[in-house]
Amino acid sequence: MAIFKKPTLKTSQRKKRDIPQGLFQKCPGCEEVVSEIELNENLRVCPRCDYHFAVSAKERIGNLLDSQTFVEMDADLKSIDTLRFQGMASYKDRLKNYQERTGLTDAVISGHGMIEGYKVALAVMDFGFLAATMGSVVGERITRAIEYGTDERAAVIIVAASGGARMYEGMLSLMQMAKTSGALARHADARLPYLSVLTNPTTAGVMASFASLGDVIIAEPKSMIGFAGPRVIKETTHQDLPKGFQTAEFLEERGLIDMIVHRKKMRETISQLLGYLSSAP
Amino acid sequence: MDLQPLDFEKPIFELERRLQDLKEHSREHDVDLDSEVKAIEAKLRDTRREIYGNLSAWQRVQIARHVQRPFALDYVERCFTGWTELRGDRCFADDKAMPAGLATLDATRCVVITHQKGRNTKENVMRNFGCAHPEGYRKALRLMRLAQKFNLPVISLIDTPGAFPGIGSEERHISEAIAVNLREMMNLRVPIIAAVIGEGGSGGALGIGVADRVLILENSYYSVISPEACSAILWRDRKHAPEAAEALKLTAHDLLKLEVVDEIVDEPEGGAHRDYETAAFNLSSALRKNLAKLLETPTDQLLKKRYKKFRGLGNFAESKTNSGR
Repeated sequence: MAIFKKPTLKTSQRKKRDIPQGLFQKCPGCEEVVSEIELNENLRVCPRCDYHFAVSAKERIGNLLDSQTFVEMDADLKSIDTLRFQGMASYKDRLKNYQERTGLTDAVISGHGMIEGYKVALAVMDFGFLAATMGSVVGERITRAIEYGTDERAAVIIVAASGGARMYEGMLSLMQMAKTSGALARHADARLPYLSVLTNPTTAGVMASFASLGDVIIAEPKSMIGFAGPRVIKETTHQDLPKGFQTAEFLEERGLIDMIVHRKKMRETISQLLGYLSSAP
Repeated sequence: MDLQPLDFEKPIFELERRLQDLKEHSREHDVDLDSEVKAIEAKLRDTRREIYGNLSAWQRVQIARHVQRPFALDYVERCFTGWTELRGDRCFADDKAMPAGLATLDATRCVVITHQKGRNTKENVMRNFGCAHPEGYRKALRLMRLAQKFNLPVISLIDTPGAFPGIGSEERHISEAIAVNLREMMNLRVPIIAAVIGEGGSGGALGIGVADRVLILENSYYSVISPEACSAILWRDRKHAPEAAEALKLTAHDLLKLEVVDEIVDEPEGGAHRDYETAAFNLSSALRKNLAKLLETPTDQLLKKRYKKFRGLGNFAESKTNSGR
């Protein structure tokens, strides 16, 4: 008979939360707890440390445009699975999954509207949809928005966020880089302004096409912006990455970005730039 | 230089060796082995046809990356005359991964832009494995503008695993360098032909790939992501690269169907590395033929066509037209 009885181990019971989930979250910037209500009242920027939380494309459009002026274009475009891509999950399933989860049809919303009386063609990417990767629909909507700008002699504003090309669409995805950049070439020839707004994160194929081509390039604070992923760079070069590498601040310092603009000042800054670069409203 | 067999080619190399042994044996000992030789020759033909006629996407990727495959400067030497390299981006450095310069194709003076890989460690250190920095793309743009100024067509020979993912690359804005090329190439007022001669690695390839005619050598590949990286993301393991290669539709024939490329340039059986002269002859014939047509086309029409070609790429469903306008 054992002299000592094995103590029965108990896992300490988790304290039950009194509040429903999702009402509060920890800010990745300052690690303080912020309430959803506070965030929503503050354009989803941490009131304590100014960390910019992700915002849906719809919210961004609401924040940027004069109220009731947005007209969505090309909402009827739908991605198709040309390559019949089967990985661990099929492309079709993923699309369906994200459409249900986000209520979006794809990773960009495009259209036209007004900012302080200036007519603009606008495309806003939504990272929540398949990491805002650029497939045919994203490329087509952005290209059509740019062409609309050229035809209507309007400024183009693209709010970018993206993990890059959408590999489920193979080379058709890569070709969207050429297509969108080509449309911008014509828009530029027509001497119309294009403002590129980079948000967290904007990378790879999107960064290596329209996102880098703005007459003015604006970034939200602390956004991760770059071409290759930091892990790939580390593995390829076996080098330690400099502090703040691939942040908006790093790129402003190194001359890629014209200005870093707080979300609360974005609309004001854009309308000011349009005042300089657009013909009078 | 002895040819290095790829794994799937081993049966062919085995037969080739036996055939050679047999021939030598027959010569040295003066015995008639004609019937044996003929039998092996027939078997070799069948085996070759069987293997090279049914190459999988992954096998073609391996041929495209073959260390003995002709590289850009091998083609420059064989297809052009008077190669005059021009160096530097006038900003930061000369990118040795992207030699570029002036050369003549028949009687046509051209600007030639390339990606160049190395064949051994020393060369690869210099060429950075064909992975260019922003300087390469900016040098390319400088020379494309030079081409426009002097009304010379541009020929780009693409062979890169991708633009270089490194600290300097990011610090000097590789994305911007590529993006600007995409925009400027669309409106460059001279004919542009791009030929993928080996690896067409994503944005790094496209950065000199916006062209009136995009050619691809039969065993080259052109892909949005490397099969290995795609496998790592989608299967969480690089081992599925062969499946990824299949899924990505990155072979010349798949790309022709998708209209991403305009024309396939035939390679000698087994790949360009088996016969440099034939590969170069095929490429130069294709370049010559396409260039002649482009040079006849009025510039405005050329630019319209170029825009339309890239404008039309992408597959999607659409229910109504002009929504929201």
